Amino acid sequence: MTSSTVSGATAKSRSRRSRVLGRLVFLSPGLTYLIILMLIPLALVISYAFFRRGRFGGVIYELTGENFTRLLDPIYLDVVLDSLKLATAATVIALLVGYPTAYVIAQLPAKWKTVALVAIVLPFWTNFLVRIYAWIVLLSGPGLVNTALGKLGLGPFEFLYNQGTIVTGLIYSYLPLMVLPLYAAIEKLDPQLREASANLGARPARTFASVTLPLTLPGVVTGCMFVFVPSFGNFVIPELLGGGRSIMVGNLIRDQFLKARDWPFGSALTLALLAVLIVLLLLQAWSSRRA
Amino acid sequence: MSRARYTRRLPAAALVAGLALAVSACGGGSTDSAAAPAASASSAQLDPNMDLSKQSITISVWPGYTPEDLPKRVKDKLKTDLKVTLHDTNEIIMGKLTAGADTGLDVAFVSGQYAQALNEAGLLEPIHPELIPNLANLYPEAKELSYDKGNVFSVPYTWGTTGICYRSDLVKTEPTSWNDILNPPDEAKKKVTMMTTERWLALPAVKALGLSVNTKSDEDLAKVKAKLLEAKPNLLRYDDVDFGKRLTSGEAVMVEAWDGWCPTSEKNIKFVVPKEGSDLWVDTMVVLKSSKNKEAAHAFINFILDPEIHGWAAENILYKVPNKAAMDKLPKDLVEKNVPLQMTPSQLLAGESIIDLGEDSTKFTRLATEVQAAK
Repeated sequence: MTSSTVSGATAKSRSRRSRVLGRLVFLSPGLTYLIILMLIPLALVISYAFFRRGRFGGVIYELTGENFTRLLDPIYLDVVLDSLKLATAATVIALLVGYPTAYVIAQLPAKWKTVALVAIVLPFWTNFLVRIYAWIVLLSGPGLVNTALGKLGLGPFEFLYNQGTIVTGLIYSYLPLMVLPLYAAIEKLDPQLREASANLGARPARTFASVTLPLTLPGVVTGCMFVFVPSFGNFVIPELLGGGRSIMVGNLIRDQFLKARDWPFGSALTLALLAVLIVLLLLQAWSSRRA
Repeated sequence: MSRARYTRRLPAAALVAGLALAVSACGGGSTDSAAAPAASASSAQLDPNMDLSKQSITISVWPGYTPEDLPKRVKDKLKTDLKVTLHDTNEIIMGKLTAGADTGLDVAFVSGQYAQALNEAGLLEPIHPELIPNLANLYPEAKELSYDKGNVFSVPYTWGTTGICYRSDLVKTEPTSWNDILNPPDEAKKKVTMMTTERWLALPAVKALGLSVNTKSDEDLAKVKAKLLEAKPNLLRYDDVDFGKRLTSGEAVMVEAWDGWCPTSEKNIKFVVPKEGSDLWVDTMVVLKSSKNKEAAHAFINFILDPEIHGWAAENILYKVPNKAAMDKLPKDLVEKNVPLQMTPSQLLAGESIIDLGEDSTKFTRLATEVQAAK
């Protein structure tokens, strides 16, 4: 009796071990990828942030906290705040445009849904930079829009090289990333819930506020994250559409690595950016668990 | 050019940067050696009768800066295999060279102040003039460059200056001073560009204030910053790359420009070095101390200084070369059309050489950040 229990237990533990082993085998390609391309570089970035810049740009392996105290300098804080402001503006506007779009697409007949979704994704089939340059062709002083307005006796206007153009570029680039998760969330919504709300006497606005919006909130949060995260760290759009007249954290980080050859400070800036994003991701996780 | 190539190839530059980071991260290695021995005569003798076909050379150079078929030409002439690797900016090649690991490079093209920094870090082989008879082709002025008097550790490849490139048909009075860029006349407001690379971003204000391009004084730099901030509202944008195109299209009417990049062959586009003076930049060739093919590396530099090869640079990238024989051979109409090519070495040397500022170079980085980040 006793012996049979024991052997049963070992059999169970053996089968558990083989199950773990089996999982490891299947997980290993993904894990290798994560370790080589994420954990190791991240560890390097974290460690560099604590060292000093060499005179010719290398890294001196002497522990220091000066990179982090430098982060608190008003000029860098200003850039971070500016980036937050621009990324938030882009996210809010993308949400205001994206929600109705996703809502309408979700109500379309199946055939048109596919067409609409393909249309949303279509811009991604062209290189990002080409699309940004296209904006320059459209909006520059002697560009297409000004030429057309000129024919009507208007302008010329200065569309390019200001913060408004940066926000426009960000919205344009990342709007699809807002629409898709919103569409997925709205699509999942059971239409009967809305009908029930209407039957109970709620007007459409009330139904939207009390039923539709709360139930699609995870989609809203995901969409906002998808737009905010790449907007916050972007450096190409401020450079090309902002004319380098205002810079964002992404530009600052790029400049530390490519121009100033100050990898330790670049790493510290990268960690600061990561910290902001991690806080946001935690918020997102928290909100989707609640939903 | 060295300074600007990278923005023109933004995606490539980003990629290269990523790779460079990955590579040099693996290399590790500190390179801080301010006190390291500079190149001196103490280095080993080179064999002038070396069989060059037994050596091969790897160079690193900016894209488009040497003839496409250079490896074939070198093979035909020197019997040496040549491998060309590319870097988009000085910063990227400096990252590689100072990362500690042997890069396998024999010759690198870098700007003068970077050659100076590499030499101070003890990474350069002194130039052996006896192996480069073509040094005789250089202008005497090319041996008087302040970062390397007498070409001890570097050989100049191209040189030039920075000035104002403008549309003579779109401005009422022709610019003569850096103040015309900093505080433009009404017709040029919002139609002016300045460069974004740190030393050149500061240059107009530095010169307008009568300061040295190599100033490190905090007091001077505060004045420079104030002047640059004053100028910012009238700028169209910061631009290192497309200023020529912006002038042609009329989007800009006056820009800060490197001489060779001002399209003076176009109608109505002119170039002027402001009366307050300007800089002198030099792109150079250096031989690395770690090179195992030093004889071939010297033979390569000698080959480049051949008037025909060196003239290629002037003819194709429109940068002046410090090679008298090559400049004398340039087609007359090319020089007539491209005004900056007419500048003489002594006019160039009136400009102040940009030198490496060591630790203080971060002051210019900070200045550029502060100016660009300001509202």
